[in-house]
This record gives sequence, C-alpha cells and structure tokens, in this order.
Amino acid sequence: MRMDLTLNGRPAQWEAAPGATLLAVLRDEGLVAAKRGCETGDCGACTVLLDGQPVNSCVVAAARAHGHRVTTLEGLADDPLMRRLQDALVEHAGVQCGYCSPGMLVSLYHLLRACRAEGTRPGDHAIREALSGNLCRCTGYVKPVAAAAAVAAALAGIPATGTEAR
Amino acid sequence: MTHDRQQDAPRTEVGRNVTKIDAFKLARGEPVFTDDIHPPGMLWAKVLGSPHAHARVLEVDATRALALPGVVDVAWHAQVKAIPHTRAGQSHPEPSPWDTVILPPKVRFIGDRVAVVVAETLEVAERALGLIDVRYEVLPALTDMDEALARTDVLIHEDPDPRGIAEGGRTNVAARIDKQVGDVEAALKSCDHVVERTYWLPRVQASHIEPHVAISWLDEDGRLVVKTSTQVPFHLRRILARILELKEADIRVIKPRVGGGFGDKQEMVMEDLVALMTLRTRRPVRLEFTREEELICARVRHPQRIVMTTGVMNDGTIVANRMRVTADTGAYGSHALTVQGNTGQKVLPMYPCAHIHFQVTCLYTNNPISGAFRGYGAPQGCFALECHIDEVAKVLGHDRLELRRKNHIRLGDTDPLSAKLGEGKEGLVRVIRSTGLEKAIELGCEAIGWGQRQEPTAPHLSRGLGMALAMQGSGIAGVDWGAATVKLNEDGSVNLAVGATDIGQGSDTVLAQICAEELGIRYEDVRVLSSDTDLTPFDVGAYASSTTYVSGGAVQKAARAVREQLAAIAAGRWECTTTDVRFGEGQVSGPGGKAWTMAELASHALYQAKVQPMATASHLSNESPPPFAAQFADVEVDRETGEVFLRRFVSAVDCGTPVHPDLVLGQIEGAVAQAIGYGLFEEVIVDAAGRVRNPNFLDYKIASALDMPEMITILVPTEEPSGPFGAKAAGEVPIDGPAPAIVNAICDAVGVRIYRIPATPERVWRQIKEAGE
Repeated sequence: MRMDLTLNGRPAQWEAAPGATLLAVLRDEGLVAAKRGCETGDCGACTVLLDGQPVNSCVVAAARAHGHRVTTLEGLADDPLMRRLQDALVEHAGVQCGYCSPGMLVSLYHLLRACRAEGTRPGDHAIREALSGNLCRCTGYVKPVAAAAAVAAALAGIPATGTEAR
Repeated sequence: MTHDRQQDAPRTEVGRNVTKIDAFKLARGEPVFTDDIHPPGMLWAKVLGSPHAHARVLEVDATRALALPGVVDVAWHAQVKAIPHTRAGQSHPEPSPWDTVILPPKVRFIGDRVAVVVAETLEVAERALGLIDVRYEVLPALTDMDEALARTDVLIHEDPDPRGIAEGGRTNVAARIDKQVGDVEAALKSCDHVVERTYWLPRVQASHIEPHVAISWLDEDGRLVVKTSTQVPFHLRRILARILELKEADIRVIKPRVGGGFGDKQEMVMEDLVALMTLRTRRPVRLEFTREEELICARVRHPQRIVMTTGVMNDGTIVANRMRVTADTGAYGSHALTVQGNTGQKVLPMYPCAHIHFQVTCLYTNNPISGAFRGYGAPQGCFALECHIDEVAKVLGHDRLELRRKNHIRLGDTDPLSAKLGEGKEGLVRVIRSTGLEKAIELGCEAIGWGQRQEPTAPHLSRGLGMALAMQGSGIAGVDWGAATVKLNEDGSVNLAVGATDIGQGSDTVLAQICAEELGIRYEDVRVLSSDTDLTPFDVGAYASSTTYVSGGAVQKAARAVREQLAAIAAGRWECTTTDVRFGEGQVSGPGGKAWTMAELASHALYQAKVQPMATASHLSNESPPPFAAQFADVEVDRETGEVFLRRFVSAVDCGTPVHPDLVLGQIEGAVAQAIGYGLFEEVIVDAAGRVRNPNFLDYKIASALDMPEMITILVPTEEPSGPFGAKAAGEVPIDGPAPAIVNAICDAVGVRIYRIPATPERVWRQIKEAGE
C-alpha cells in the first residue's frame, strides 16, 4: 500500500506491504537507528516518535504512519536537545554496546522536551519511568540516568529549534 | 631491557576516562551492527525447529516449500555432511564434547534444528517453514536431570564415542569432575560442626538486546565472508573451516559492533547455517533470531543443584569444604565440563582449607542448551558457598562478617584447587600476588552501614542486610592468548590491530589506552581495528575475563617493540645509545636537549631511515590473577506478600588498575543488574515436556530502570604484577555476589533461608508461612 507521511520533518511516500511494521519499513529505508530487539513491544530498542509520542515501532503497523509525523533518532541529529543528550550519554560512559542507546535517547528526548515546555525539571524517578520501556542489559541504567539528570539540570538553556519543534 | 617505559613516570593514558572509541557513532545510531547493512541479492534464512523434545527425523519433504514463489533452497540432515564438532567457541582442542553436526538426524530439544530455508524475503521464508513436511519417530524425552542420570534405556547421545563425551553411548552423563585436596570425609569426622545444605540454581538467559544475527556471502574471489555478532571470530573460522571443509584462508570472519554478548555469543549459534546456505546458493544469506528463538534456541546458564558440606571448628576455622554439583547441560554439551569446573574452581578458593572436595555430574537432558553466560559457573557456586557461609555462621553463633574475615584468602596464599583443575584438565598453581579484598570488605561495610540496623519504611516490611564475597580469574591460565599489531604512521598516529573482540564492554578503547601509554602518545592518536580474521592477528576472543589482562598484555608488548625500534632510529640519528632515548607525552628526547615530537620521529623513520616502525606481539599468561569483590544488599521484605524490595546495593571491587575507571564501573553496574534478576525474578521456565513457557520479554523479565536499587560502586585499585599496568579483570566477578547477598539479606530481614532462586514473592511467602507454622 502507498502512504504519505512526514518523515523526519520532510514529506515522504512509502510503498509497504500491508502487514509490515513501522520498524521494518524504517530499516528498509536505511533508517537503522531504531533496532530490532524483541518484536513484541517489550524492549524499546525500536523507539521512534509518532506525532511526537514515543512508540515501539516494532508493534506499530506501518499503515498507521499514513498522514502522520514519524521522527527517528536520525531526524533529531541537529536538534540541540538531542545533541546534548547524546553528548551527555557519551561523556557519562552511558554507551556500552550501544544497541539500546537510540531507543533510550528518543525516550529521554521526549521526556525532557515536555519538561522544558512545562518549565519543570524531572527527578530521578521521572527519568527512570521514561526509560522503563527501554531495556538495557549492559549498564544497569546508572550512567544513562546520570546523563539524563545532567541534561535536565541545564534544560532551560537548551534552545528549542529542532526538527520536532518546527 | 633498558629503555622500558620509565616506571616512575606518571601514567597519562591508563586510568583516564577517555571518550569510548565507538560511543558517538553508537549514540547517533549509525549503521554499525551486523544487520544494519545488507549486501545486494541477500536471501533471508529461517530455521525449522523441532516440535518434539526428542525424536528421530525420519523424512523431510520440502517439495511444497520449494514450490512457494521466492523460496530458493531448503536443507536438512540428509543433504549435509555430518562432521561432529562442538559449537562452543573455545581454544582447540575444545574441552566440550564433539556431540553436534550442522543439521542433526535426531533432534534433542524443542527448537532443535530440523531444516533451514532461504527465500527472497523474510515473509516467504517464514511461510515456507509451514510447508516443510517432516516425519518423526518420537522418543521418550528426559527433561529432569535426576531421571536422565538414572535411566540408561534412553540415551540422548547414543554414539559410543563422539569425542569427549564422558560416558558416550552408556549413560546421559556429559561430563564428570571429581577432584580432592586432602581428605574431606576423614576431616569432617574431626570437626566440631558439620553443616550441610542444598541449593538450587535456575536456568537464565543472557538476553543481550541485539539477538544473534549473521550474514554471509562470497567475495569476488569466491571466498566465504561471514559478518556476525560474535565473541569468538577466530574460533568460529576454525570450526567453520573444518565442518565446511574449507581452508581457513578461504574464510573471513568480520565482527562489526556487537549489541551485547555476555557469553551467549561465545558459541557458533548460527554462523554455520548461513555459511552452508551461501555455499549452496552462492548468494548472500542472512539469519537473525527472534526474541522467542533467543529464549529457546540460544544458550542458557546451566541450572544446578549444589550440596555444600562444611566442617568447621568452634572457633570458626573452616577445616573442610565439599561441593557436589549436579548440572543440566540440556541437549548438547557446550561448555558442559568447563562451566561446571568453574563452579568449584573459581569459588571454593575463597576459603582455603586443607580439605576440599569438588564433584560434578553434568547431564544431558532434552531441555534447551546450556552454555556460557557471564560468570561461567561461578554465580552458581558463589550463591551456594556464600549462602552457606551465612548458614555456618548461624550454626556456630558467629558473626557472618567475622567468619568470612577469619577464613578468606589472602595475599601470598596458594589457591589450593588451581593445580588440580584448569580448563578441563590439570591447571597451573595460582598464588595470590595482589588483593584488595580486605579493603573492599572495609569500604563496602562502611558504605552499606553494616552492623547498623536500618529502619523499615512501613510496618508490614522487615529490613535486613546481606553480604557476599567473590573472586574470579583474569583469562584462563596457560590457555588464553592474544596478539596485537602496532603500526606507526608518519604523522605520529598509530594503527592498532587486535584480534580481541569488543562486544560493547569497551575493549577497543582500553587497548588503545594501553598502546598509547606504552608508546608515550595520546589515546586520541590511536585508531583500532579489531576482530577481522583477514586483517588482525589471532585472539581467542572475548570471554573468561581475559581481554584487558591477556590481550592488553599483547598490546603492551607490541607497543614496547615499536618503541624499541624508534629508540634505535633516534639513537642512530642522534649518535647516542638507545638507553639515552626517552619517551613520554608525545615527545622523544635524547642527550643534550635533543627532542623530537613523535610526528617528527615518525616522519624521519619513514622518509629518511625508510623503515616502517611496526611490530606484532603475542601474549599468554601462565597466571590468572583473581579480581575480588565484596558486595552488600539492603532489602525490605513484605511479610504479607513475600515481595522483596532491594533498596541499596554496594559493590566494592578490586580489578587491579582500572585502565578506564568509568568503563569498569559500567561493567560492575551492568553485572549487578543482571545478577539482581538472577536473585529475584529471572527464570526460563521449561515444562516437563521440554517446552519453554515464557519465551518473551514480558514473561521472562529482565531488570528495567525501575527495578534498580540505589547503587554504590567502589573501585579498590591494586597493582597486579603480571597484568598490563597492574590491571586484572572486571567483567565477570561482580555478577557472582549479588544473588547470595540479596538472599542473605532476606534471611536477615525475615529469618527464613531461600535455597532456590529466584526469590520470587511466592517462594519467600511460602518460606515465611512455613516458618510461622
């Protein structure tokens, strides 16, 4: 089936098999930051934003994207908030194997963008809740949580000019 | 050797939290994993798994499957030469039995390989599985290890002599160990107390988030290329060459970034299948496990039953220790002997005594295949021993901390079991030449507030503290080795090629730091190429806590050799002796204020002296110095529901010199997270028919960010004389202690002993209820 959507801020047309998942189509398109981890919506390695909300793209039908906005980690490459998160995750040694990192980053981005809009600062528990759908087997979550907390502490100074903000 | 790196010079690269070499590309989600880039014309493979736990495959008819448009090929046992081997990725000759062929004529667990199909799309390959007609002769299934031991009328492996099976063709025993120091039976008679308890350990799965995945193709010279998510590229090449009857030079194994391994990828789980289908079709072939296949067809930690018997005197002196292990290796004997060997070998030396007896009976069953998983037998043994020490203390009426302090291994002690037990054979004697255990206990006690009663946070909760000590190894003494090539470029930068396998733990980074430190340059000037069998020298791979210690030793030697070459070049130019040439901070200096930057020297070497400064070095250690850990848990237990809340967890770890402190902390924190699951909620449940009941992440739960306690992790640096810049291992030791520390804390909180983990609410509740009756 043919679909029209906004992919990473730009109009896009997809041809996808009726049963195809959003994850499968994204990866076929070469957008491989979202990873295949479980295909049952339990691990979060495939997290992307659908109309700004984080979803497990492995259990979302590609057809759902028709007429909607899909944003992957690649689409946030120039977003100042995402860049800060990526830098913080690297600086805090929160990347080990890195397979779950893109999904974690998208979840954290969603949390912190909302907090910035509200003018609030998420605590440790809110960060952990935001990450609770992203399973990581390497880090024990200590360093990713610390990285997010560091970005959260400086949130007000990060400009909202990224792809998702437009 | 006079121009060694000056020992008194401050280290600038080792000990520095440099940016992990691959972190940014991973954080940007770039295409760096096996499945991120597909070769043109690639076929998709799927495996038809057995629906029976034990059956002969009488007939396979793929006519209907092959008629499906898009299906290219189907293979099953009758079409593939049966060359016995083990899929365990270990040094040749492997201590695991050669009890496997690529596609077996008899299937031995639900999910065992019956046939493999390749098609133009994944969907077609999946549909084709349902169109393969198979006739089975169903055999009685043995899914209980005691029944497997008792019965000889049903044999899971019937061949009289497949190489290495302990009792091939006679019983279902895959491996036996019986090693004794002193005379335990006699010693027990003279002890004031003999304490015997039985402990049960569950089947758990590594659950790396990237599943097993491999892609193979033929290069322009017709050579087989296998890109795969593996921990053991060189072992893989060797095994593939033998079973596919190719020269090793005609196989190239490439390991890209790996999304976690934890031992589960120390095994040829699928690479033989993609290679086989590429050779049959001459096309690229890709196979990836689903999460369900991971939990059924990959490897699990060996379930065990351990009987601990300890003889102790009234003053708390441990006189004798006996550990009897019964283990379930499942359908095949991958790592059967060596994992179980580690259960005693890595654990019992914690409390050296004159009489130690270690017995193992490891059984084949028709259950999923057990194999390597971080800790490699030690988490099982450590759980039994460290729970048991608490039990012994209780019987004696002694303090459990003081009992440990009185008996634990110390600097200069000889590991009593080491000579009797190595990698499946006699080992090398191990003497402790570095230990931070006393300090780790002290710092850990301080951090958890040992001896101070913590108040429960609600009336229905009880609070308690528990501890456990652990030791592991740094590689396998006299077996594990690796090689490295250091090549200097004319701008002073360095290419480092290592066989060592970065699976996310950060070994590329750590090895670059060691290289830079030895050469006197900056980490940022080193580029690493790792684990490509065409381009890098040999290494056994990422397992047995070996990479920093063993492969790091090779890197240090190669860098030193290059430095010696450079010293000779500089000495020739400056007309001095090589001993007068000094290296450090990117500078090379000689007598009379002569100095070059590394770039100037390198440029001189390549364009004036016209030589390539370059060296390859190999390294093997006849020692395996143990890292040590003291770990502490603070729990609250709901007396009404049995639920356990882990509030705080402290790890104090001696890994020698932490080459990259943040990465070491990451190893510890990640290991603790896995071990919390082992202690509290992870279990692959297999029913009596051999079927996995919970093959997904909803029902097989691993720790999420919300399941983690407050974590306090303390490094206790020591200088290990045999390690590169004093380093020992860090990857495995912290996974051993959490489960017993948590269970000991539960016992401290509510007074009941959990002998079988995971300590689920139901199990804890039942114990509380029984104790109350």
